[in-house]
Amino acid sequence: MRDTFAHTMYDVAKKVRDVYIVVADISPAASTAAFRNDFPEQFINVGVAEQSMISLCAGLALRGCRPFAYTIATFTIYRPFEQVRIDLCYQELPVTLVGVGAGLQYSTLGGTHHAQEDVALMSALPNMAVIAPCDPQETAAAVWACAERQGPTYLRLGKAGEPNLTSGAVDPFHFGKVRRLKEGRDVCILSYGPITRLAFSAAEQMEAVGAGQVGVVSVHTLKPLDKEGLAGLLARYQHVVVVEEHSVQGGLGAQVKQIAWESGATCRLSTFALQDAFIHQFGSPEDLWRAHGISVPAMVEAVTKARC
Amino acid sequence: MIHTDLMHEPIDLAAFRTESRRRCYELRVRILEMSQKVSALHVGGAFSCLEMLDAIYFGLMRKPGDKDSPDTFVLSKGHGSVALYVILERLGVLTRADLDMYCKPGGRLGTHPDYGIPGIEASTGSLGHGLPLALGMALADRVRRADRNVYVLMSDGELQEGSVWEALMLAPTLGLTRLVCTVDLNDFQSLGRTSETHPNFYPMLDKLRAFGWEATEVDGHDAAAIAEAVRARRGAKPFVVLCRTVKGKGVSYMENVPMWHYRSPNPAEYQQALRELDEQVR
Repeated sequence: MRDTFAHTMYDVAKKVRDVYIVVADISPAASTAAFRNDFPEQFINVGVAEQSMISLCAGLALRGCRPFAYTIATFTIYRPFEQVRIDLCYQELPVTLVGVGAGLQYSTLGGTHHAQEDVALMSALPNMAVIAPCDPQETAAAVWACAERQGPTYLRLGKAGEPNLTSGAVDPFHFGKVRRLKEGRDVCILSYGPITRLAFSAAEQMEAVGAGQVGVVSVHTLKPLDKEGLAGLLARYQHVVVVEEHSVQGGLGAQVKQIAWESGATCRLSTFALQDAFIHQFGSPEDLWRAHGISVPAMVEAVTKARC
Repeated sequence: MIHTDLMHEPIDLAAFRTESRRRCYELRVRILEMSQKVSALHVGGAFSCLEMLDAIYFGLMRKPGDKDSPDTFVLSKGHGSVALYVILERLGVLTRADLDMYCKPGGRLGTHPDYGIPGIEASTGSLGHGLPLALGMALADRVRRADRNVYVLMSDGELQEGSVWEALMLAPTLGLTRLVCTVDLNDFQSLGRTSETHPNFYPMLDKLRAFGWEATEVDGHDAAAIAEAVRARRGAKPFVVLCRTVKGKGVSYMENVPMWHYRSPNPAEYQQALRELDEQVR
């Protein structure tokens, strides 16, 4: 995802004036080479100084530029939270906050590097948009959406090596709209970000055990959330499952429940999210998800139990 | 006449000093007039930085208050807003009605400057934001080879924010030679003297120079001295001028009295303040 981000930024800078990448000592080194080569003055490393990274981007935007601030998600948004809130959101400036390795993607680096409540925090800020693509292809589309938006956007990225899940997508990417990736008549799995690959595995397993046809939807835009699209899915399916690499507090699951109540949905609804707890374990992201109750068997069980 | 190659229009400093003295008297009176319409305002900090703002708007900026001015000013110590508002009113950017509605329902001017209001270049009020913001502006200008200066005004208490030191480190690295920072050294912050809160913070000049800035220190109530210092800079580095000031300057009972950080004079105090200011310009 980070390589796709860097390559797409090169394409964006070819077409859009005054695009900047401002990093805080963390950079997709090899893949930004082309950008740095052709736009050397528009690649800025502020060093380990995240507050200045955000304010500097605000200053660039106040001059009509289009900056992308880039570092590890925790350092992009938590360390300089007040700069994000005031300089970017209060002034409503078109700055993109790129959080790489969001969720638990830095699974062995410990809680200091886990962004497990980032969607809730960024969604709570007025004027902020939140996009979390599920694979490299969707990342490219998301970067373009960020470059075109008139306001601050948090671009929540994974890291590297994510499989492409959207080659056979039913719908194209549209900012602010849910995106059907896989058709299915009976069960629908909603997800966003790299954990969407778990949704695909779960869909396959559910179908294998006779749970009906299972669709997968990428809810890549978490703010503004496609309430109408989600209400439609809740009305159409017998069982909706939400799986996310984010705290149960203020994530997609909580919002889908709200929409279900408001729209009078009658389907079954199962949500899988991280617990409201820090993680003191190590291993792969999958290991950490499992430790918080998120796994393919758990998702399959939720659906098959409901059918008994 | 002093005229450097740093894109300042020439100025007669002696005449400027005389005009500035008269102007700052009138601006202080106007601030006091505003104070009578609200229960409290940041009068102490506005009076300490008034000559600094006067130097920037009337002694340094080109086409001040004009939409197509090449120069930008960011009031990083946002609580000094009334000093900025009275200057913007004088320049015709804000109206008398705007100032009369200060902090009132239906008005558009609050205690801290809001981006989007005419003449306000950034929303400030939380300390430590203005300088790094100005860095972004100056960086965009440098990359575009634009002939623009960016001026910033900070408070001394504000220099305790870590974000300020990030920006102080970063500005010379980025080669932002058109950035001019002014610091209001009134030696006060909310809970007491800045020099007592952090004694090792001083001397400040050497610290700023060590961070790669061209730096100097002047009498912050002499607008001509501030303008002269900025105009005389060598210009190979970002420039900072430390301005020695007195909080509540010009009104005896306000000077260096912490209570006047945020307060409006009562009618008797108001009359006394007007009398004292008047005596100073006679």
